[in-house]
Amino acid sequence: MSQAAIQRLQERFPAAVTGAGVSRGGDDVALVKREAIGEVCRFLREDPELVFDMAPYITAVDYQASEPRFELIYQMYSTKKNHRIRLRVGVPESDPVVDTVTGIWKGADWYERYCWDMYGIRFAGHPDPRRLYMYEEFVGHPLRKDYSLRGRQPLMPERPVDERFRGPGPTGG
Amino acid sequence: MAHRDTMDAELGGDVVFAHTSQLDKIINLARANSLHYLLFGLACCGIELMQFGGPRADADRFGAVFRATPRQADFMIVAGTLTYKMAERLKLLYDQMAEPKYVISMGSCANCGGLFQLAYSVCKGVDKVVPVDVYVPGCPPRPEALTEGLLRLQDLIMRERWKDKRRPPRTAAGKA
Repeated sequence: MSQAAIQRLQERFPAAVTGAGVSRGGDDVALVKREAIGEVCRFLREDPELVFDMAPYITAVDYQASEPRFELIYQMYSTKKNHRIRLRVGVPESDPVVDTVTGIWKGADWYERYCWDMYGIRFAGHPDPRRLYMYEEFVGHPLRKDYSLRGRQPLMPERPVDERFRGPGPTGG
Repeated sequence: MAHRDTMDAELGGDVVFAHTSQLDKIINLARANSLHYLLFGLACCGIELMQFGGPRADADRFGAVFRATPRQADFMIVAGTLTYKMAERLKLLYDQMAEPKYVISMGSCANCGGLFQLAYSVCKGVDKVVPVDVYVPGCPPRPEALTEGLLRLQDLIMRERWKDKRRPPRTAAGKA
Protein backbone atom coordinates (compact mmCIF):
# COMPACT_ATOMS: atom_id res chain seq x y z
CA MET A 1 0.00 0.00 0.00
CA SER A 2 2.87 2.30 0.62
CA GLN A 3 5.80 0.64 -1.04
CA ALA A 4 6.11 3.80 -3.05
CA ALA A 5 6.60 5.79 0.11
CA ILE A 6 9.33 3.42 1.30
CA GLN A 7 11.04 3.61 -2.07
CA ARG A 8 10.91 7.36 -2.10
CA LEU A 9 12.39 7.40 1.38
CA GLN A 10 15.20 5.07 0.34
CA GLU A 11 16.01 7.21 -2.68
CA ARG A 12 16.09 10.35 -0.62
CA PHE A 13 18.10 8.91 2.29
CA PRO A 14 20.20 6.02 0.94
CA ALA A 15 22.53 6.15 3.95
CA ALA A 16 19.99 6.60 6.71
CA VAL A 17 17.54 3.90 5.63
CA THR A 18 19.36 0.66 6.32
CA GLY A 19 16.65 -1.72 5.26
CA ALA A 20 13.04 -2.13 4.24
CA GLY A 21 10.52 -4.89 4.19
CA VAL A 22 7.02 -6.06 4.91
CA SER A 23 6.04 -7.05 8.41
CA ARG A 24 4.18 -10.23 9.30
CA GLY A 25 0.94 -8.29 9.40
CA GLY A 26 1.55 -6.84 5.95
CA ASP A 27 2.72 -3.36 6.95
CA ASP A 28 5.55 -1.65 5.10
CA VAL A 29 8.50 -1.15 7.37
CA ALA A 30 11.71 0.84 7.01
CA LEU A 31 14.72 0.52 9.28
CA VAL A 32 16.14 3.96 9.98
CA LYS A 33 19.36 5.02 11.66
CA ARG A 34 18.96 6.68 15.01
CA GLU A 35 20.89 9.83 14.10
CA ALA A 36 18.70 10.54 11.07
CA ILE A 37 15.24 10.12 12.59
CA GLY A 38 14.55 13.86 12.89
CA GLU A 39 15.57 14.51 9.33
CA VAL A 40 13.65 11.51 7.97
CA CYS A 41 10.48 12.43 9.86
CA ARG A 42 10.67 16.02 8.67
CA PHE A 43 10.91 14.75 5.09
CA LEU A 44 7.98 12.35 5.55
CA ARG A 45 5.87 15.13 6.99
CA GLU A 46 6.68 17.79 4.41
CA ASP A 47 7.19 15.95 1.17
CA PRO A 48 4.18 16.75 -1.07
CA GLU A 49 3.89 13.13 -2.27
CA LEU A 50 4.08 11.53 1.17
CA VAL A 51 2.45 14.02 3.60
CA PHE A 52 2.57 11.82 6.68
CA ASP A 53 0.68 14.35 8.76
CA MET A 54 -0.06 12.05 11.65
CA ALA A 55 1.96 9.79 13.95
CA PRO A 56 -0.77 7.61 15.45
CA TYR A 57 1.58 5.67 17.69
CA ILE A 58 5.17 5.70 18.85
CA THR A 59 6.35 2.95 21.15
CA ALA A 60 9.42 0.93 22.00
CA VAL A 61 10.54 -2.67 22.37
CA ASP A 62 13.18 -4.12 24.68
CA TYR A 63 15.17 -6.93 23.02
CA GLN A 64 17.18 -7.57 26.11
CA ALA A 65 19.92 -9.81 24.76
CA SER A 66 20.47 -8.24 21.36
CA GLU A 67 22.36 -5.19 20.25
CA PRO A 68 21.03 -2.54 19.92
CA ARG A 69 18.90 -3.42 22.91
CA PHE A 70 15.93 -1.11 22.30
CA GLU A 71 13.94 -0.38 19.23
CA LEU A 72 11.61 2.54 18.71
CA ILE A 73 8.57 1.97 16.52
CA TYR A 74 7.06 4.92 14.71
CA GLN A 75 3.69 4.32 13.09
CA MET A 76 2.82 6.91 10.50
CA TYR A 77 -0.31 7.74 8.65
CA SER A 78 -1.23 10.25 5.99
CA THR A 79 -4.79 11.52 6.16
CA LYS A 80 -4.35 13.19 2.77
CA LYS A 81 -2.97 10.21 0.84
CA ASN A 82 -4.45 7.47 3.04
CA HIS A 83 -1.27 5.46 3.32
CA ARG A 84 0.80 4.34 6.26
CA ILE A 85 4.29 3.11 7.02
CA ARG A 86 6.28 2.05 10.04
CA LEU A 87 9.78 3.12 10.99
CA ARG A 88 11.99 1.02 13.24
CA VAL A 89 14.93 2.68 14.95
CA GLY A 90 17.52 0.76 16.95
CA VAL A 91 18.62 2.42 20.18
CA PRO A 92 21.69 1.14 22.07
CA GLU A 93 21.52 0.70 25.83
CA SER A 94 24.75 2.61 26.39
CA ASP A 95 23.38 5.82 24.92
CA PRO A 96 19.56 5.69 24.80
CA VAL A 97 18.99 9.14 23.35
CA VAL A 98 16.98 9.93 20.23
CA ASP A 99 16.03 13.26 18.73
CA THR A 100 12.50 14.30 19.51
CA VAL A 101 9.85 14.51 16.79
CA THR A 102 7.50 16.70 18.82
CA GLY A 103 8.46 19.63 16.58
CA ILE A 104 7.10 17.69 13.61
CA TRP A 105 4.03 16.08 15.16
CA LYS A 106 2.82 17.75 18.31
CA GLY A 107 0.97 14.60 19.27
CA ALA A 108 4.26 12.75 19.66
CA ASP A 109 4.70 14.48 23.03
CA TRP A 110 2.97 11.92 25.22
CA TYR A 111 4.27 8.93 23.23
CA GLU A 112 7.82 10.04 23.82
CA ARG A 113 7.10 10.63 27.48
CA TYR A 114 5.68 7.11 27.57
CA CYS A 115 8.86 5.67 26.04
CA TRP A 116 10.93 7.52 28.63
CA ASP A 117 8.69 6.33 31.43
CA MET A 118 8.48 2.67 30.49
CA TYR A 119 11.79 2.02 28.71
CA GLY A 120 14.11 4.80 29.75
CA ILE A 121 14.76 6.15 26.27
CA ARG A 122 15.42 9.85 26.39
CA PHE A 123 14.42 12.29 23.69
CA ALA A 124 16.77 15.19 23.04
CA GLY A 125 14.89 18.46 22.70
CA HIS A 126 11.62 17.23 24.19
CA PRO A 127 9.70 20.21 25.66
CA ASP A 128 8.40 18.37 28.76
CA PRO A 129 10.55 15.31 29.55
CA ARG A 130 8.64 14.01 32.55
CA ARG A 131 7.26 10.55 33.15
CA LEU A 132 3.80 9.94 31.71
CA TYR A 133 2.19 7.18 33.80
CA MET A 134 4.38 6.51 36.80
CA TYR A 135 4.93 8.97 39.60
CA GLU A 136 8.01 11.14 39.91
CA GLU A 137 9.35 9.12 42.85
CA PHE A 138 9.42 5.91 40.81
CA VAL A 139 12.92 4.53 40.24
CA GLY A 140 13.66 2.58 37.08
CA HIS A 141 11.58 1.79 34.02
CA PRO A 142 8.97 -0.92 34.55
CA LEU A 143 8.67 -2.34 31.03
CA ARG A 144 12.38 -3.03 30.74
CA LYS A 145 12.94 -6.77 30.75
CA ASP A 146 15.35 -6.52 33.68
CA TYR A 147 12.86 -4.72 35.93
CA SER A 148 12.08 -7.05 38.82
CA LEU A 149 8.74 -8.85 38.62
CA ARG A 150 8.24 -7.98 42.26
CA GLY A 151 9.45 -4.42 41.88
CA ARG A 152 6.82 -2.43 43.75
CA GLN A 153 7.32 1.11 44.85
CA PRO A 154 4.31 2.17 46.88
CA LEU A 155 4.13 5.82 47.75
CA MET A 156 2.92 5.20 51.26
CA PRO A 157 3.74 2.36 53.63
CA GLU A 158 1.28 -0.45 53.04
CA ARG A 159 -0.13 -2.81 55.56
CA PRO A 160 1.88 -6.03 55.68
CA VAL A 161 1.14 -8.63 53.00
CA ASP A 162 1.89 -12.32 53.21
CA GLU A 163 4.82 -13.37 51.09
CA ARG A 164 2.76 -15.81 49.02
CA PHE A 165 0.62 -12.95 47.75
CA ARG A 166 3.64 -11.06 46.43
CA GLY A 167 3.76 -12.86 43.11
CA PRO A 168 6.53 -14.68 41.24
CA GLY A 169 10.17 -13.74 40.98
CA PRO A 170 12.96 -13.14 43.43
CA THR A 171 12.23 -11.21 46.59
CA GLY A 172 13.20 -7.61 46.85
CA GLY A 173 14.00 -5.22 44.05
CA MET B 1 -25.52 -6.73 78.55
CA ALA B 2 -22.60 -4.91 77.12
CA HIS B 3 -23.68 -1.60 78.58
CA ARG B 4 -24.02 -2.43 82.23
CA ASP B 5 -21.59 0.36 83.02
CA THR B 6 -24.10 2.95 81.76
CA MET B 7 -26.75 1.75 84.15
CA ASP B 8 -27.51 3.42 87.46
CA ALA B 9 -29.14 1.13 89.99
CA GLU B 10 -30.98 4.01 91.69
CA LEU B 11 -32.54 5.12 88.46
CA GLY B 12 -33.90 1.76 87.71
CA GLY B 13 -31.17 -0.03 85.87
CA ASP B 14 -32.76 -1.79 82.96
CA VAL B 15 -35.19 1.06 82.31
CA VAL B 16 -32.38 3.48 81.52
CA PHE B 17 -30.68 0.88 79.45
CA ALA B 18 -33.87 0.24 77.54
CA HIS B 19 -34.22 3.95 76.80
CA THR B 20 -30.69 4.43 75.57
CA SER B 21 -30.90 1.35 73.41
CA GLN B 22 -34.11 2.66 71.80
CA LEU B 23 -32.37 5.99 71.25
CA ASP B 24 -29.57 4.11 69.58
CA LYS B 25 -32.09 2.49 67.33
CA ILE B 26 -33.63 5.78 66.25
CA ILE B 27 -30.30 7.46 65.64
CA ASN B 28 -29.09 4.45 63.72
CA LEU B 29 -32.27 4.25 61.66
CA ALA B 30 -31.71 7.83 60.60
CA ARG B 31 -28.06 7.27 59.84
CA ALA B 32 -28.45 3.97 58.03
CA ASN B 33 -31.16 5.29 55.76
CA SER B 34 -29.42 8.43 54.64
CA LEU B 35 -26.07 7.10 53.57
CA HIS B 36 -24.49 9.25 50.92
CA TYR B 37 -21.68 7.67 48.99
CA LEU B 38 -18.62 9.23 47.53
CA LEU B 39 -18.10 8.33 43.90
CA PHE B 40 -14.80 6.59 43.39
CA GLY B 41 -15.15 4.74 40.11
CA LEU B 42 -11.68 3.77 38.93
CA ALA B 43 -12.32 1.20 36.21
CA CYS B 44 -15.04 -1.02 34.75
CA CYS B 45 -16.60 -1.41 38.23
CA GLY B 46 -17.37 2.28 37.93
CA ILE B 47 -19.83 1.46 35.15
CA GLU B 48 -21.66 -0.96 37.43
CA LEU B 49 -21.52 1.67 40.15
CA MET B 50 -23.44 4.00 37.82
CA GLN B 51 -26.07 1.29 37.35
CA PHE B 52 -26.26 0.97 41.11
CA GLY B 53 -27.39 4.58 41.26
CA GLY B 54 -29.59 4.25 38.19
CA PRO B 55 -33.33 3.57 38.04
CA ARG B 56 -33.20 -0.24 37.92
CA ALA B 57 -31.05 -0.99 40.99
CA ASP B 58 -32.06 2.35 42.45
CA ALA B 59 -29.87 2.89 45.49
CA ASP B 60 -32.01 5.92 46.25
CA ARG B 61 -34.75 3.75 47.76
CA PHE B 62 -32.29 2.85 50.53
CA GLY B 63 -31.43 6.49 51.03
CA ALA B 64 -28.08 6.20 49.29
CA VAL B 65 -27.38 9.14 47.03
CA PHE B 66 -24.08 9.88 45.36
CA ARG B 67 -22.05 12.88 46.37
CA ALA B 68 -19.13 14.17 44.37
CA THR B 69 -17.37 15.65 47.36
CA PRO B 70 -15.90 13.84 50.38
CA ARG B 71 -17.22 16.51 52.73
CA GLN B 72 -20.82 15.44 52.17
CA ALA B 73 -20.24 11.71 51.96
CA ASP B 74 -20.83 9.11 54.66
CA PHE B 75 -19.12 6.27 52.91
CA MET B 76 -16.96 5.64 49.91
CA ILE B 77 -17.41 2.98 47.27
CA VAL B 78 -14.01 2.20 45.81
CA ALA B 79 -14.83 0.62 42.47
CA GLY B 80 -11.94 -0.57 40.38
CA THR B 81 -8.22 -1.11 40.18
CA LEU B 82 -6.28 1.02 42.59
CA THR B 83 -2.79 1.98 41.47
CA TYR B 84 -0.11 3.31 43.77
CA LYS B 85 -0.41 6.69 42.13
CA MET B 86 -4.14 6.73 42.82
CA ALA B 87 -3.73 5.32 46.34
CA GLU B 88 -2.31 8.65 47.43
CA ARG B 89 -5.45 10.41 46.20
CA LEU B 90 -7.68 7.77 47.76
CA LYS B 91 -6.06 8.32 51.13
CA LEU B 92 -6.43 12.07 50.75
CA LEU B 93 -10.14 11.81 49.92
CA TYR B 94 -10.73 9.34 52.73
CA ASP B 95 -9.07 11.68 55.21
CA GLN B 96 -11.30 14.51 54.03
CA MET B 97 -14.49 12.62 54.84
CA ALA B 98 -16.22 13.41 58.11
CA GLU B 99 -16.55 10.77 60.85
CA PRO B 100 -18.25 8.39 61.05
CA LYS B 101 -17.09 7.09 57.70
CA TYR B 102 -17.17 3.74 56.00
CA VAL B 103 -15.63 2.15 52.94
CA ILE B 104 -17.10 -0.42 50.57
CA SER B 105 -14.54 -2.18 48.45
CA MET B 106 -16.22 -3.15 45.20
CA GLY B 107 -14.92 -5.87 42.92
CA SER B 108 -11.88 -8.13 42.82
CA CYS B 109 -9.41 -5.37 42.00
CA ALA B 110 -10.40 -3.26 44.96
CA ASN B 111 -10.50 -6.30 47.23
CA CYS B 112 -7.11 -7.78 46.45
CA GLY B 113 -5.69 -6.33 43.26
CA GLY B 114 -7.62 -8.92 41.26
CA LEU B 115 -6.44 -9.74 37.79
CA PHE B 116 -3.79 -7.02 37.92
CA GLN B 117 -2.23 -7.77 41.28
CA LEU B 118 1.06 -8.87 39.78
CA ALA B 119 1.57 -5.58 37.97
CA TYR B 120 4.27 -3.17 39.05
CA SER B 121 1.86 -0.34 39.68
CA VAL B 122 -1.19 -1.96 41.27
CA CYS B 123 -2.00 -1.75 44.95
CA LYS B 124 -3.03 -5.19 46.22
CA GLY B 125 -6.29 -4.16 47.78
CA VAL B 126 -7.88 -0.98 49.04
CA ASP B 127 -7.57 -2.32 52.57
CA LYS B 128 -3.83 -1.85 52.31
CA VAL B 129 -4.44 1.89 52.35
CA VAL B 130 -7.75 2.59 54.12
CA PRO B 131 -9.85 0.40 56.45
CA VAL B 132 -12.64 -1.41 54.59
CA ASP B 133 -16.01 -2.31 56.11
CA VAL B 134 -17.69 -4.31 53.36
CA TYR B 135 -16.11 -6.30 50.55
CA VAL B 136 -18.26 -6.95 47.50
CA PRO B 137 -16.84 -9.79 45.36
CA GLY B 138 -17.26 -10.02 41.63
CA CYS B 139 -15.53 -8.95 38.46
CA PRO B 140 -17.36 -6.66 38.24
CA PRO B 141 -20.16 -7.25 40.76
CA ARG B 142 -23.66 -6.78 39.46
CA PRO B 143 -25.60 -3.82 40.84
CA GLU B 144 -27.66 -6.27 42.88
CA ALA B 145 -24.48 -7.44 44.60
CA LEU B 146 -23.56 -3.88 45.43
CA THR B 147 -27.06 -3.30 46.77
CA GLU B 148 -26.48 -6.30 49.01
CA GLY B 149 -23.23 -4.69 50.12
CA LEU B 150 -25.09 -1.49 50.98
CA LEU B 151 -27.62 -3.48 53.05
CA ARG B 152 -24.75 -5.14 54.90
CA LEU B 153 -23.32 -1.73 55.64
CA GLN B 154 -26.72 -0.64 56.95
CA ASP B 155 -26.74 -3.73 59.20
CA LEU B 156 -23.34 -2.76 60.49
CA ILE B 157 -24.49 0.78 61.24
CA MET B 158 -27.63 -0.51 62.98
CA ARG B 159 -25.44 -2.52 65.32
CA GLU B 160 -23.39 0.48 66.39
CA ARG B 161 -24.01 2.09 69.78
CA TRP B 162 -24.35 5.79 70.32
CA LYS B 163 -22.12 5.51 73.38
CA ASP B 164 -19.19 4.37 71.30
CA LYS B 165 -20.27 5.89 68.02
CA ARG B 166 -16.82 7.23 67.44
CA ARG B 167 -15.08 4.08 66.52
CA PRO B 168 -11.67 3.42 68.01
CA PRO B 169 -8.87 4.67 65.80
CA ARG B 170 -7.85 1.88 63.55
CA THR B 171 -4.35 0.99 62.63
CA ALA B 172 -5.00 1.14 58.96
CA ALA B 173 -3.97 3.63 56.40
CA GLY B 174 -0.45 2.40 56.07
CA LYS B 175 0.51 3.15 59.65
CA ALA B 176 0.62 -0.46 60.80
